[in-house]
Amino acid sequence: MSNEIEQIKDPGLPAHVHRQTDTDPKAAARAERQVAILFGLSAIGTLLLIYSYIFIKDSSFIFIPVLGETNTQQLGLGLGMAIALFCIGAGAIHWAKTLMPDEEVIAQRHEFRSEDEDRAEFVKTVKAGAAAAGLGRRPLIKRTLGAALGLSALTPLLLLRDLGPLPKDDLHKTSWKAGTRLVTDPGDRPIRPEDLEVGAVAQTLPELAPGEERTLNNIGKDAVLLIRLRPEEFNLDAERLSWTHEGIIAFSKICSHMGCAVALYEQQTKHLLCPCHQSTFDVTRAAKVIFGPAARPLPQLAITVDADGYLVAQQPFTEPVGPSFWERSS
Amino acid sequence: MKRLSRLRRHRAAGPILLIFALFTIGTTFQVASAVNNDTTSVADRSATIEEGRQLFLKGCSSCHGINAEGGEIAPSLIGVGAASVDFQVGTGRMPMADMSTQAMRKPPVYNAEQVNALATYVASLAPGPQVPSEESLNYERDGSVADGGELFRTNCAMCHNFAAQGGALTQGKYAPTLMGVEPKHIYEAMITGPQSMPVFSDKTITPEEKLSIIKWIKSAESEPQLGGAALGRVGPVTEGLLVWTLGIGLLVGVAVWLAMKAR
Amino acid sequence: MTARERIAGNVAGYVDDRTGAAKWMKKNLTKVFPDHWSFLLGEICLYSFIILLLSGTFLTFWFDPSQREVVYDGGYQPLSGLKMSAAYASTLHISFEVRGGLLMRQIHHWAALIFMVGIVVHLLRVYFTGAFRKPREFNWIIGVGLLTLGIVEGFLGYSLPDDLLSGTGIRIAEAIIQALPLVGSYIAFFAFGGAFPGEAFIPRIYTVHVLLLPGIFLALITVHLMLVWYQKHTQFPGPGRTEKNVVGYPLMPVYMAKAGGFFFIVFGVTAFLGAVASINPIWLYGPYTPGQISAGSQPDWYMGWLDGLVRMSPPLETHAFGHTISWNILIPGLILPGIMFTGLALYPFIESWATGDKREHHLLDRPRNAPNRTALGAMALTFTIVALLNGGNDIIATTFHLTINQMMWFSRIGVLVLPPIAFIITKRLCLSLQRADRDLVLHGRETGRLVRMPNGEFVEVHEPISAEKAWLLTSHEQIAPLELPEHDAAGVRRPAAIKNKIRNRISRATAVAVPKATETERRELEGHH
Repeated sequence: MSNEIEQIKDPGLPAHVHRQTDTDPKAAARAERQVAILFGLSAIGTLLLIYSYIFIKDSSFIFIPVLGETNTQQLGLGLGMAIALFCIGAGAIHWAKTLMPDEEVIAQRHEFRSEDEDRAEFVKTVKAGAAAAGLGRRPLIKRTLGAALGLSALTPLLLLRDLGPLPKDDLHKTSWKAGTRLVTDPGDRPIRPEDLEVGAVAQTLPELAPGEERTLNNIGKDAVLLIRLRPEEFNLDAERLSWTHEGIIAFSKICSHMGCAVALYEQQTKHLLCPCHQSTFDVTRAAKVIFGPAARPLPQLAITVDADGYLVAQQPFTEPVGPSFWERSS
Repeated sequence: MKRLSRLRRHRAAGPILLIFALFTIGTTFQVASAVNNDTTSVADRSATIEEGRQLFLKGCSSCHGINAEGGEIAPSLIGVGAASVDFQVGTGRMPMADMSTQAMRKPPVYNAEQVNALATYVASLAPGPQVPSEESLNYERDGSVADGGELFRTNCAMCHNFAAQGGALTQGKYAPTLMGVEPKHIYEAMITGPQSMPVFSDKTITPEEKLSIIKWIKSAESEPQLGGAALGRVGPVTEGLLVWTLGIGLLVGVAVWLAMKAR
Repeated sequence: MTARERIAGNVAGYVDDRTGAAKWMKKNLTKVFPDHWSFLLGEICLYSFIILLLSGTFLTFWFDPSQREVVYDGGYQPLSGLKMSAAYASTLHISFEVRGGLLMRQIHHWAALIFMVGIVVHLLRVYFTGAFRKPREFNWIIGVGLLTLGIVEGFLGYSLPDDLLSGTGIRIAEAIIQALPLVGSYIAFFAFGGAFPGEAFIPRIYTVHVLLLPGIFLALITVHLMLVWYQKHTQFPGPGRTEKNVVGYPLMPVYMAKAGGFFFIVFGVTAFLGAVASINPIWLYGPYTPGQISAGSQPDWYMGWLDGLVRMSPPLETHAFGHTISWNILIPGLILPGIMFTGLALYPFIESWATGDKREHHLLDRPRNAPNRTALGAMALTFTIVALLNGGNDIIATTFHLTINQMMWFSRIGVLVLPPIAFIITKRLCLSLQRADRDLVLHGRETGRLVRMPNGEFVEVHEPISAEKAWLLTSHEQIAPLELPEHDAAGVRRPAAIKNKIRNRISRATAVAVPKATETERRELEGHH
């Protein structure tokens, strides 16, 4: 069938068409001038950079449309550098395009595959080498070598062991204990229930004992959001209701999905939104997930007031805060 | 930008001062009436309340009820205080143009005097947060910009973005940009918690801390471009957009020129 | 012989005596490179990598990779007196006290974004033109490796300043590690030297970012380029271009000038972006603490699609036997990307398995002439773009007055529905383009000139296309589908029947094409006129 049908033929590489610069000496001279101008512009760019570095103060600003009130030094350095580099490139390319030969060249490809004899020779060499080493004949050596190599791979694993401590129960614990006061973040001031109006929120952390320092590790697990609603707005079971105090409810601020700070509280809808992945939690129903990828409610912290009338934790968190992990049981 | 913002500040300076003056007068009257029981100011105040009541009946009562007791579509205003009215009406959010997702900032319908009258009327219904006096809003003197930044990032950035440019909430609601918002209105928003925004009590964020927040916002607002075009100050999204348009566009453009045969 | 020539000759002689380089150089200085703008996309990556090395080295002179707590006393007032890590403080120092430091930071970051954009567009060019086929599969795999490492390297890089945004990114990365079944919390504790965030992570990723990964990059890029050099570049089909030759310009001097010039162009454009457009303004983000967050926290664009997938994930978690498996993290964060990158890396082998084509290819495909491949690419691209858009859904929502909930549902449905639609549309588009090619060859170009025939009929004059164009439109191969036997001679199903049946079906789908025009048909048509 294919014999009958004639395909369209390759006409071959088209004849070279001369450029203006090939035929017209004036055009060539013009191109040469253009290249030189581009290289000259580049030099001006570098001068602008040097000038900006030495003479422009870093506190001076200049108004540029689109950019706005912009730092002059930064702009001068950057534009100088950009001009200097870009014009070198543009000059070189223009030079290549207009003044260097533009006749396309044909080169032949070579075959990658080795000759059959070479392949056979190679296989023979490898086999002969293996035979000379006697790998096949001495299984004891082969096996012990394999075992030794395999075992030695354990070394890096072993040596990397001290990268960090074992998790133990660290992921399960926070600093909150029964009676720990909630204090403002930042400011570290204890809070009374009457300090919060209905609709108010407060970012809180556990109060530090004297001499204690707060680390980011602590904040990463301890951050708590206080929200005050009207008590009748809650839709909680008796236990969870008893964890609130006069309409004030406390949640871990560390998202149960991936650990971002969930603090975006919408007062009217009583929804909490995590800005990272947009999980939405309903505060009135103990932070039940109503939208987004989070699979668990935010852990609720049981609160009450102490003898001085300040808000305190009734008990530690009853579940681990933050994102899930394998050892987490619920 | 600096020149521009200075201009803007200049242009705005007049009205702001006027509003401040009016409110200072309003609040001083209230204080004065309480302390001195000055008969004339009491008379003035009741006249203002009456004016406010009339404005309320005309412009607000259809939604908020004849006695501001609230209705099906609008909340009760009893106890919301003068600050709330001043914020909602003074930023043009109230009266609401349409009842969709949330009230937007727009040119106010009422002038400063009328806003004051409305605020005084609503405040007369039940006590609530007062409009802060001009003296109490001297954030340049009383605030600390670094503390303000810390407070802003803990309490505000989650909704309003790290540079106070605003951000998305659920179901189409949004936290507005804080650029160009008057310090008084920022303060009022924090103490009254308008719409989706929660209340930030004076005990958890002290008045001084609130001024620090305002100072930081104003510093962010007037901060010139330290590294070139700000790209909206919304983070990597616009940076990605720029590199996929201008960045690769320029490079591909040069590549096309490079590979084009010269004539 | 001038003095200069004598000196140059002596130096060259000295080197050649010891290396024998002249023979190799002589051959390679005239090496031919085909010229096409899309062949420069890979060069964009190479050059931005060099820019990254240069600007990155500059930054290391001042950067202090430490999470030690310091009190900021530098020039940027709004952060004055705040506690922060030394990493963050030194980044502020580079930005505000080192002259040109901010420019270098911005050049470094823009170069990273351009590097990743370059890799992606280069990959798309290689994919859609079939340049990955034999003998270039190794280079394809190296390329996929570079893409993957580039994402990691970029993420580690922008995490170094320890600002609020990047800290949030690390927090999320930690949550992904922690979600690994069985070993998650152990690996997380080893990586972070304890609980998150600890004080070990930034110094550790610094070593990885400036030493380990750049070293691997350098090695992989070297092999990548050596293979390109040795195997010679592919070329687009056209007159005079065959599977056996390569048509282009010699390295010395044309290509050297062009490629060298292009390096300066890439550097210049990067410097221009660094000069005029702010990137990663960490002083506005503030120092990292786990208790803070900003609205619109996004990763850089090359991670954005991952974030988008995580956002749209359904809330699935399994709790059983006292253990938790977070499918809502594992599927979008590890399993799906794993499948995507493995599929990408194996694609050359999958295609050659499906088509049974084991021959070498040095002429590129025009995308329309490989409809199935093109459609598959469009499908993958659609998937990624939907995911990427969802990664910025909050910014898009506020900009265009949409809701994040709508965007999320659009993405959840779109990510499943749109890719197949893209496949069907693209395949049809390719086939109609093939048809258009065929018409063009057979009937010539429409001139827009109307001529009245003697019988009163108006016809448009068609001008025959040039021999070169006709060759370009018909030089591609149209391979017949595989017909692997499903039954043996006795009519019994063979053991490989199912496999063969699948291969036959895929192969048939791949071979769908509009028959290309032939000289015979052309002549027949001419006979009619």
